[in-house]
Amino acid sequence: MEWASQLCENRGLGSKMTDSKYFTTTKKGEIFELKAELNSDKKEKKKEAVKKVIASMTVGKDVSALFPDVVNCMQTDNLELKKLVYLYLMNYAKSQPDMAIMAVNTFVKDCEDPNPLIRALAVRTMGCIRVDKITEYLCEPLRKCLKDEDPYVRKTAAVCVAKLHDINAQLVEDQGFLDTLKDLISDSNPMVVANAVAALSEIAESHPNSNLLDLNPQTINKLLTALNECTEWGQIFILDCLANYTPRDDRESQSICERVTPRLSHANSAVVLSAVKVLMKFMEMLPKDLDYYGTLLKKLAPPLVTLLSAEPELQYVALRNINLIVQKRPEILKHEMKVFFVKYNDPIYVKLEKLDIMIRLASQANIAQVLAELKEYATEVDVDFVRKAVRAIGRCAIKVEQSAERCVSTLLDLIQTKVNYVVQEAIVVIKDIFRKYPNKYESVIATLCENLDSLDEPEARAAMIWIVGEYAERIDNADELLESFLEGFHDESTQVQLQLLTAIVKLFLKKPTETQELVQQVLSLATQDSDNPDLRDRGYIYWRLLSTDPVAAKEVVLAEKPLISEETDLIEPTLLEELICHIGTLASVYHKPPSAFVEGSRGVQHKRLPARTGSGEGAESPDVGQSGPSEAPPAVIPSQGDLLGDLLNLDLAPPTATVPSVQPSMQMGAMDLLGGGLDSLLGGDIGGSPSMGAGLGAAPAAMPAALGGAPAVGGGLGDLFDLGGGVGMPTGSYVAPKTVWLPAMKAKGLEISGTFARRGGIIQMDMSLNNKAMSVMTDFAIQFNRNSFGLAPAGPLQVLTPLSPNQTIDVSLPLSVNGPVMKMEPLNNLQVAVKNNIDVFYFSCQYPLSLLFVEDGKMERQVFLATWKDIPNDNEAQFQIKDIHLNSDAASNKLQGSNIFTIAKRTVEGQDMLYQSVKLTNGIWILAEMRIQTGNPNYTLSIKCRAPEVAQFVYQCYELVLKN
Amino acid sequence: MIGGLFIYNHKGEVLISRVYRDDIGRNAVDAFRVNVIHARQQVRSPVTNIARTSFFHIKRSNIWLAAVTKQNVNAAMVFEFLYKMCDVMTAYFGKISEENIKNNFVLIYELLDEILDFGYPQNSETGALKTFITQQGIKGQVRTKEEQSQITSQVTGQIGWRREGIKYRRNELFLDVLESVNLLMSPQGQVLSAHVSGRVVMKSYLSGMPECKFGMNDKIVIDKQGKGGTTDDSGKSELGGSGKQSIAIDDCTFHQCVRLSKFDSERSISFIPPDGEYELMRYRTTKDIILPFRVIPLVREVGRTKLEVKVVIKSNFKPSLLAQKIEVRIPTPLNTSGVQVICMKGKAKYKASENAIVWKIKRMAGMKESQISAEIELLPTNDKKKWARPPISMNFEVPFAPSGLKVRYLKVFESKLNYSDHDVIKWVRYIGRSGIYETRC
Repeated sequence: MEWASQLCENRGLGSKMTDSKYFTTTKKGEIFELKAELNSDKKEKKKEAVKKVIASMTVGKDVSALFPDVVNCMQTDNLELKKLVYLYLMNYAKSQPDMAIMAVNTFVKDCEDPNPLIRALAVRTMGCIRVDKITEYLCEPLRKCLKDEDPYVRKTAAVCVAKLHDINAQLVEDQGFLDTLKDLISDSNPMVVANAVAALSEIAESHPNSNLLDLNPQTINKLLTALNECTEWGQIFILDCLANYTPRDDRESQSICERVTPRLSHANSAVVLSAVKVLMKFMEMLPKDLDYYGTLLKKLAPPLVTLLSAEPELQYVALRNINLIVQKRPEILKHEMKVFFVKYNDPIYVKLEKLDIMIRLASQANIAQVLAELKEYATEVDVDFVRKAVRAIGRCAIKVEQSAERCVSTLLDLIQTKVNYVVQEAIVVIKDIFRKYPNKYESVIATLCENLDSLDEPEARAAMIWIVGEYAERIDNADELLESFLEGFHDESTQVQLQLLTAIVKLFLKKPTETQELVQQVLSLATQDSDNPDLRDRGYIYWRLLSTDPVAAKEVVLAEKPLISEETDLIEPTLLEELICHIGTLASVYHKPPSAFVEGSRGVQHKRLPARTGSGEGAESPDVGQSGPSEAPPAVIPSQGDLLGDLLNLDLAPPTATVPSVQPSMQMGAMDLLGGGLDSLLGGDIGGSPSMGAGLGAAPAAMPAALGGAPAVGGGLGDLFDLGGGVGMPTGSYVAPKTVWLPAMKAKGLEISGTFARRGGIIQMDMSLNNKAMSVMTDFAIQFNRNSFGLAPAGPLQVLTPLSPNQTIDVSLPLSVNGPVMKMEPLNNLQVAVKNNIDVFYFSCQYPLSLLFVEDGKMERQVFLATWKDIPNDNEAQFQIKDIHLNSDAASNKLQGSNIFTIAKRTVEGQDMLYQSVKLTNGIWILAEMRIQTGNPNYTLSIKCRAPEVAQFVYQCYELVLKN
Repeated sequence: MIGGLFIYNHKGEVLISRVYRDDIGRNAVDAFRVNVIHARQQVRSPVTNIARTSFFHIKRSNIWLAAVTKQNVNAAMVFEFLYKMCDVMTAYFGKISEENIKNNFVLIYELLDEILDFGYPQNSETGALKTFITQQGIKGQVRTKEEQSQITSQVTGQIGWRREGIKYRRNELFLDVLESVNLLMSPQGQVLSAHVSGRVVMKSYLSGMPECKFGMNDKIVIDKQGKGGTTDDSGKSELGGSGKQSIAIDDCTFHQCVRLSKFDSERSISFIPPDGEYELMRYRTTKDIILPFRVIPLVREVGRTKLEVKVVIKSNFKPSLLAQKIEVRIPTPLNTSGVQVICMKGKAKYKASENAIVWKIKRMAGMKESQISAEIELLPTNDKKKWARPPISMNFEVPFAPSGLKVRYLKVFESKLNYSDHDVIKWVRYIGRSGIYETRC
């Protein structure tokens, strides 16, 4: 110990400490003073001044005004001063390009200096000055320096090529610097080789397709030789470059691995990690039965463990990489569990990473130890860490079946601590355990339920609700529990709302009798009062499912769920492969491909592991592929949202498939309905009919009360109504029988059939509403889309009583023709939206045009003649009405009943000619000539109208009226 | 590659800012300050991505060093470089403090210019750097041409860590085997994990370009020699006879002067050492570790407002040896209101600011035991959360290597100069220190 005094040999301590004063000058007029000092004759003063300038520059002050004065100091023999001036130049040259030219001469001169340090300094600095004019002058000196006799200059010049390429790539190519750089790979000096490799790799990155690096066995050999001789940094450059090479076969692969493995003992962690990258990549090509393969696997573990005794920041990088390696090749570290145990004083980022790796390494052999550790961690201080530890216990249970019971009891212990976030986290993982081992641990449910009130995080609430829904039949007060959540439904997060919806539907299917109200409530909350489309859609799907086919609903919702499997959070295999190719780099730290965080073309290139090729022996081995049993990728637990998503996409496939098949005729209008129509249906447009508005508004509150009551009465009333409608009907007007407009399948059990009638000048829409669903329907309302003749409901849809299941109500809706007009295709198409407490449904139907034939449609004879002549003949359309066995008078009478008026009758050569007129509600006149030949059952109808498109529909009315 | 390097003081003021790449703007300096140094929460990662720019940082006392990049750089390399940067600065001007950095900012810029070119780390061996980066810049021009080329060839050469023409009147070398022994023990005395991480630090004052060979009681080497060739069953037979004499080394890493390929093939450690002090190798062992101390804790909760703690420590090594600087740290709950301590040996004090009872013993011989008991009074709290009970930790220093490592030889050959291995004066010393030495309670 007598030599202890030699320990502190710190040169710096002896030198004078005065430079800090430069940081303190802040007075005004500083720039002016500096200018004077810079132009001083005294060397010392100049130097002091430049130092002050640099200090100001460092703290972010703008000292660009001093540019000419500083550049003037460049011509000096003093190396320190020169370096300072260069530093200034690199910072400000870009802002003062014209003045930067002043420096060029000095640079060019310095590149010829006998001192290699000066030559290198000049070429190094010049490359950092990003001014076009300067780069032009840089080319010649650079060319010389690349071939300099001194390796120090050459290694600096090699990097300079990369700098120049960054400024002007074309110039570098034109000047042939790339070839010179390639030649440097064969340089005798290892450091020159390393820098050349670094420069080439960087340039190659921005030209992904160029074969710039041109790695072949010869160059690889040169690199491997240089690897043994260059600095630690150079070794990293070379190893990173090697990792991009793909060996021709397994033999070459093995020989490279053999020469790289010694690097695993390097003191520099980055060298070790880069070597690991090369080995991990090239190992892919080795046949698994090769002895060397096993040796290599064994050699990889110790250096990886050693990385954990590095400084914490490096440990973090190492752990992130080990996380990848463990996923790719779990066998390497499977016996090293203990080294990942968390130390109390580890930084939090190290702790979290270690925990992650512990779970990945957990197996039946070490699970007891792991669990003991995890339980210990769950009592630590850092909330994130504790949560992760609790979650880890759950993951162990899922991964190692034998440990599940112990895990569950550990979790229960933790729940007893009543520490809020521990309890919540524990419940989340217990849910996962239930999903892995259904019907095994539900004895713990009671304990879980005790903690219901303390759950304030969405994930925990959702998990608890899931558990209650899943085991509803075993929880006596499941309905109460779920109802308590329902109170604040709209304040819950989507995750909880979705889960609650599903859970209550499950509950309903399991205990339908007591929970009908609850399910109604949640369905209406989800479909009517929510703005969230996901929630609404799911609500509709459940509703439709429940209303159309309860049995199917049961099969779907209570279907046996696929078990979740052992591993969570596994990185997707192709990404994992790519990340393995990036071991040691930022990509491996972020666990993201470089393209996710690097701008521009760099790093966009995706790297892949080489495929196993095999030469000779390799190809013979049976499991050449990557399908070893240990490598079968375990399935990944989808997150909560995904699972529910799957439920929707997979399980409900049959019902949803029918949804797109809406009647094609409806589509055009449907868009409009969904746009403005729907909103107006539910809100504002109802202004004209106050009673309906009130009904809508009051609906949710009134509904539960109205549920049980009035089906019988309702039915009677409906019948009465129908009767009343029928009484006032004038004779003659033909009314088609009702047809089904809206099948129950498409309307959650509501079936609507109907027809149209014109009675005494009033247009009526007669409908039968039939409830084929299981639940009561209330709150009906109707609205039409704009249509050709402006048909619109003249009043609200009068369905006074709730419509019970299997009940039918007939309603008659008076229509007006004062609604908005839009030409429809076909012309008489009508699109209707009907709303009830369940949903809004759309259908379309076609009305006979006779609906619009007004009573005062009889034209004056004179006017008729004039109009007939007036309408161009092009507008005349001829039709045949076949198989009519009526004489002209009978026909005329019949038609009159439908407001088709005969103005005149002529008989020519045994042929009756009836001249008739029709007027539509919108004032359009239609003139017709009907020829009836006695004995011939076929009538000929000529229709003339200024709007010829109606002719077709008028003809249809003729046919309908005459045939019925 | 590294796009820029910034050094800040604890307030977030920039002391050094050197930008190497065009894609790093001045705003990066502020981004780091705002998002990391001034961040409200504790730093959760040494790598931070802010607006597609990645920041790597380390801290030395209250100085922040940050490397910045926009590319997919080798992250391990960046951290290694930052550490190296600290080593270099320490070698030049001592402790890394705000004052020292401000005092040497010109030097630091000069160093940064040399050891990082366009973001690529270059030779950063202090020995080499000190030959041409000095604070007396004028020296540069006095040099002869030979000197200049000697510098450049050293900086770029195969033996970048040593210059030629070193002469000592007395050739001398010192070997320190420094081990830190790490332990995590359960309250019941079960070893949860234990390992020794050791370093062999060498100080060489040797003339010329000496070729050295280092030997230790590495099990693999001993087995090989013992059997004159290796067979598979040699390990077992060895264990019975002279198991204690060799140790199983899990892994080791070497200074870049060591020929790694030679170690890989022959497991021999040969090198030309740098001049002065450096770390020759690091190693790690996990088998047959001598745990110098055993801590036996007993914590009893007496009601809600009182804790009784009793801790016994036992020394477990030869009675002739003395352990030094023994310190036992017993954590106390946050709501501690008062502590009474009685200890048999040394001094014990409750340190409220550290939430711990610190018990210090200056010296303790092997195979002894000592005891402390304490009564901790607690303030009643309504805090539901249970006290986390951090582990009891221990510090000490012992004059032997807990791994059992022994230096067998260090041979020096310098063929060109007239001194032989026997002329070199060699010193070896073993120091075992506690690393993280914890017992849960």
